[in-house]
Amino acid sequence: MSDTDLNIHAAAPGDLAEVEVRGLTRSSFILRGALAAGALYGAGAVAPFVSQALAAGGGGDAEILNFALTLEYLESDFYNVKGRQVGLSGQAKSYAKLFGEEEAEHVTALTAAIKQLGGTPVAKPTFVFPVTDEKGFLTLASILENTGVGAYNGAAPSITSKAVLGSAGSIVQIEARHAAAIDLLIGKSPTPNEGFDVPLTKEQVLAKAGPLIKA
Amino acid sequence: MSAQTEESAPQPTGIVERLVRDDVSRKRFLKMAGATGASSFGAFVLAACGSSSSSSSTATTAATTTSASTSASGDISILNYALTLEYLETEFYEKVIQAGLFTGKVGSLVKTFGAQEASHVAAIKAAVEKLGGTPAAQPTGKFPITSASQVAELAYTVENLGASAYLGQAAAIQSPEVLASALAIHSVEARHAATLGTLVKKSVTPTGAFAVPADMSTVLAAVKPFLA
Repeated sequence: MSDTDLNIHAAAPGDLAEVEVRGLTRSSFILRGALAAGALYGAGAVAPFVSQALAAGGGGDAEILNFALTLEYLESDFYNVKGRQVGLSGQAKSYAKLFGEEEAEHVTALTAAIKQLGGTPVAKPTFVFPVTDEKGFLTLASILENTGVGAYNGAAPSITSKAVLGSAGSIVQIEARHAAAIDLLIGKSPTPNEGFDVPLTKEQVLAKAGPLIKA
Repeated sequence: MSAQTEESAPQPTGIVERLVRDDVSRKRFLKMAGATGASSFGAFVLAACGSSSSSSSTATTAATTTSASTSASGDISILNYALTLEYLETEFYEKVIQAGLFTGKVGSLVKTFGAQEASHVAAIKAAVEKLGGTPAAQPTGKFPITSASQVAELAYTVENLGASAYLGQAAAIQSPEVLASALAIHSVEARHAATLGTLVKKSVTPTGAFAVPADMSTVLAAVKPFLA
């Protein structure tokens, strides 16, 4: 990756100056207003996480990446921790290992990107995954990966930095690959939205992922 | 506009990127790309490869400039580039289906993917027209189709290329709406690629945890063998 892909490698010294301005972007201002009106976020159960993400600061892009980071923490824990607790075998076990490694890399990259933007990465939440066997695990995996695709696609047009957009695009493509692989494994269509994946609002994402976030 | 090359791995600068980075040439490139009218994909490439000399627009001088704004014309040229790729993918799947190489679940997937590529063609054409541009003409493709395994491998290559092509353009798109559409298609191409991966027993994530963008000249060079 080139030096200008600053969200995965070390940023140039001049980037922080740009970040201070970005914190006052119009989109960020509007987002904060909408959030204050409670228009975007849902259940109170995730409110602490929400405040945390907002308090992290760094402007619009950092907020978006913190939302993504929460989802990546969720997926990483799901594959790496829950995946080992549930008895998985064969392809399911292989995917859980591979996808778990990849989600963990997403966590690392997003954490670094948020810091580069001058924001504070959210702390890793505590999750609970109500699955007890391989079948349940794969069903939830499909939900999480497909929700991830929708989350990134929904948030991406609001991203102001082209470098951050490139990083988000690079990650969402992997989530889509994960989703297709899992869906095929459980006998579902790898393209549940047919030709066009559907972008999700934060509210829609939280409806799926929120119940799994405990603290 | 140089963002599209900033995302890609270091590689020799292609003609298209050099054109795009030079602002004077860039505006001429975008004007030509937006005004390609009924010109073929070959003319599109000709316009892209043309130097700053006015004689390079031989294939397009007859076409009138659209009334699209400069920002729309950038998106139009990107959409027409995507449209050309989608036309090729659609034709590829059609030929594969005609060859009758796949049955059962795989046969069904191939038909589904072909229909989805066709829906991409329709959507992108409509998007170009909505922006006031003229959709690129359908190119004529030529694809080697010898066996099921060879075709599946080719499909895996083509879909991975398509996904990287969309990723390579994301940062260059100016309209949030066009970007949203491109992203909606980008992730579907990725799903196709992963699916083909499972069929040819290759990785569903061949570049690991992060997808790699491909710039326009890389993709155009890669699809050239498939143009009749």
